[in-house]
Parts: sequence; C-alpha cells; structure tokens
Amino acid sequence: MFNNGIVQPLWYNGPSPGQFYNFPGYANNGNMKQCHETNNSDSTRSTAMITTGSSVLGIKFDQGVLIAADTLVSYGSLSRFQNIDRIFKINDNIIMGGGGDFADIQSIMRSIDQKMIEDQCYADNIAMRPKALATWMTRVLYNRRSRMNPLFIDVVIGGIDENNEPYLANVDLRGRAFSDYVVSTGFARHLALPLVREKKPADRDFTLEEASELIRQCMEVLYYRDTKNSSQYTVGVCKVKDSTSNQCDVEGPFQVDEKWSFAKMVKGY
Amino acid sequence: MSFLSIDHFSDYKVHGAQRPDFSPYESNGGSIVAIAGDDFAVIAADTRLSSGYSIHSRTQTKLFQLSPLTVLGSTGCWCDTLSLTSLMRVRMQMYEHTHLRTMTTDAVAQMLSITMYNRRFFPYYVSNILAGIDKNGKGVVFSYDPIGHCENAKCRAGGTAGPLLQPVLDNQIQLKNMNLDEKDKPILTKERAVSVASDTFISAAERDIYTGDFVEIKIITKDGIESMTINLRKD
Repeated sequence: MFNNGIVQPLWYNGPSPGQFYNFPGYANNGNMKQCHETNNSDSTRSTAMITTGSSVLGIKFDQGVLIAADTLVSYGSLSRFQNIDRIFKINDNIIMGGGGDFADIQSIMRSIDQKMIEDQCYADNIAMRPKALATWMTRVLYNRRSRMNPLFIDVVIGGIDENNEPYLANVDLRGRAFSDYVVSTGFARHLALPLVREKKPADRDFTLEEASELIRQCMEVLYYRDTKNSSQYTVGVCKVKDSTSNQCDVEGPFQVDEKWSFAKMVKGY
Repeated sequence: MSFLSIDHFSDYKVHGAQRPDFSPYESNGGSIVAIAGDDFAVIAADTRLSSGYSIHSRTQTKLFQLSPLTVLGSTGCWCDTLSLTSLMRVRMQMYEHTHLRTMTTDAVAQMLSITMYNRRFFPYYVSNILAGIDKNGKGVVFSYDPIGHCENAKCRAGGTAGPLLQPVLDNQIQLKNMNLDEKDKPILTKERAVSVASDTFISAAERDIYTGDFVEIKIITKDGIESMTINLRKD
C-alpha cells in the first residue's frame, strides 16, 4: 500500500516498511501457487493448511479405547508448537484426537465444548455418546465440503457407546466416516495401521495391555520415520468403569525411548 | 461509509480462504451385484473401504436395509453414500408417518431417482443398486447413475468392478449368447443366484484392488432378509 517504488525492502524476503510479513496461505497477488514461486519455496505442503498436527492413532480394546497423538503442531516444516495436546476429553464417554489444520481443530473444539455445556445444562444424567458426536461431525464436515470451504481436519473419535461397548471411528475433511477396531490419520495410516492389524487376534479383542504396548511401539515408529512427529505424545484412555459409568482421561505426556546407537552404523548418506 | 468493504483493504484479505484446489470427491471403492428372481432378490457387496492404496476398513457394509423388503447397495464417494442413505431413511420415515404404511420398493426406487437428481449440478458421486420385492411379490433390481437415471434390470453389477462383472452376469443369469431354446432355459433359483453372485466377487477380488476382504450377501424374500458373509482375498 505504501510501497511507492522508492522504499527498498527492509530485508530479503521480509516485509517492506508498512507492509506485512508474508505468512503461509497469505498471498498479495491472490494466487497461492505464484506466492510459492516468488518465494522460491521448494516445499510441497498444501496451500490450505498452515499450522498442522500430524498423525492420530486409535486402538479399541475389550474394555474401551486408546487414542494417541504426539504433542507437536508444525508451521510448514518448522516445529512451531512443541507442547500442544491434540487429544481431547469431550465428556466421560468420549475422547477425540485431531490431526490436520490445528486452527480448524480449535474451531471445531469450541463448537463441541459449547455442545457439551448445553448437554450438561439438561442435568438429566444423560451424556452424549461417541457415535452421536461422530455423526454430528460428519454432518458439519460434509456441509463444509459441499460449500467448497472444508475444515482441513481428520479426527479420531472414541469412547463407550450406550450398550457399554467400545466405539472407535474416523471422520475426515469430506465427512467420510467409518468405524473399526483400529483407525488412524496421516502417516500413521501407512506406518502404524499395518503394525496393529498384524497383531490382531482373529478370535478376540485386544486387551488394555496389548493395546497400550502397540500404541507405545507405533508412536516410536512414527517418531523415527515421520519428520513431522515429535518424541513426546499423549494418550487418551476411555474405559468402562462400572455398569453405569465410564472414565475418560488424557494421560501423559509420554516420551518415546529413543535409541540412536544404530546411527553410527548408518553409512552412505 | 458503505463504500468501505473488504475490497478496499486488500492487506487484510486472507486469500485461499475458499481453498479452490480442494476436491470434494474421493473414490472409496467397492462393488455391488444384484440379481432379481421370480419371488426373491439377491444383493451382494464387498466390505472393503479404501482410497488410493490405503484400506481404511475391511468390514464396512455397503448394503443398507431401508425396509423389510428393500435393500440399497451404494458405493463410490463414501461421504456421499452416508449423506444419501441417511436422507433416504429420513424421507422414508416421513412417508411412514404421513401415510401409515411402509414405502414399497417401487416407491423407494422412484424417490431415490428424484433425491439424486435434486443434486443434478453437484451430484452424489455414488453407484447405487436397489434390490427388493415389488408390490406384486416379484423380485426387482433398479440401477442408477450418479445423477439419478433409474433403470429396472434383471441383474446388475456396479461400483469399481462393475464393468468387470456385468458381462458375467449377462451370460450366466440372463443366458445371453448361450444359443438356448426358450424351453431349455432353466429357471433361476435362489441357490444359483447366490453362487453366481459370490463367484463374481471371488473373481473381481483377483483383478480389482478396491474389491476384497469379505462379500456380504442378502437374500430378500417376502418372508424376510437372510444375510451371509463369504471370505474374499485380503491383499
């Protein structure tokens, strides 16, 4: 606005005096791709996502569900916020893990928190169940995608349903939803999901011990192989307490026990 | 001050908020086969939900029982399938409350066509096949295109392996190119329909990466719906 051609840029790639810094997703010329080209950026991140959370992994066991995610929220390839909990306790029946654009996660969490306040205001001892929340999420996300203005998120919703059975589901940015004994988002879909499926006994559910050991192993694999993962993670646990009540907690942060002794053996890079 | 709009403050406009590079559609794979007999209908669908090379779930049913005599099979963009089937359920419930009876399969078939055409210019990206017993007690199959064209058929294959399976059904169920006299043509039995349906899926799982894991078969008769599951390749 104030750049009349006389004022020189203050520093390389920085804003001119009176102008703003060139944030990701913000283009002066209105074209994201050109914005990238003029920045000589060789990153191929999506132009739509700005602050992003990486994978979420959820595993169902005989008495409940576990959902895990690391505590990193990235800004492009910068590990910008390193201590953010991406697992949320919704109520005593539901936990949720969120991946994708973290601003969109925070936005949907504000709506969910408001829903839970309304739910509590009835004071009828009936709390929302995970399937109801997952279905509501599909409607919100589907309507946003139909207006071509999606929330760039991929969430895992788990908890205990009205029959005291564990429930675990995934809802993505288009409103695609499904329920399974293991669901994941992001890189965990490629790295962690096969590890969990491999260990699944055909005739029974996982036990809590098996599920938490799998979570530990998978978070370790994700930390080693996904560049946008940190070594710190939190785990949401939702389990049946007794016939009338359930318990949800977000535990951690836990630390991946890193073993780098093999690093000196690696040659050829 | 009405002349001051966001257009006058270009610095504050967040470009890309509309996210023009986003695609609202995704193919989640899956196949359906439906066969109509004299007094029964058989409909089968695999249970794999995938996108690209990822398998999201191996146990996702694609058959939706809309009434005691009507089953809808739906594949394609799974989020559209979810929306369409729940909208169908709502409208069928409204019909039931208004007219105090369950919708017939023919009425559901017509309504599905209209519901789909309502989104003519932003279609539900789904391949639908409706199977059931009509008001005369006969087995019927209706197939649809994504914008709501409806066709009554004797047998139909749809979804990712649809083009692979349809010629097999034409030959084995409708006995096309068999050079049989009318009197030599056998009457289609339930057992024959089920075995052809399961065989087509076993073959499709060999060649189509989006079809596999399990095939769920529903046999619809006036007395109710019988359900069975058969294993398919899981790779």
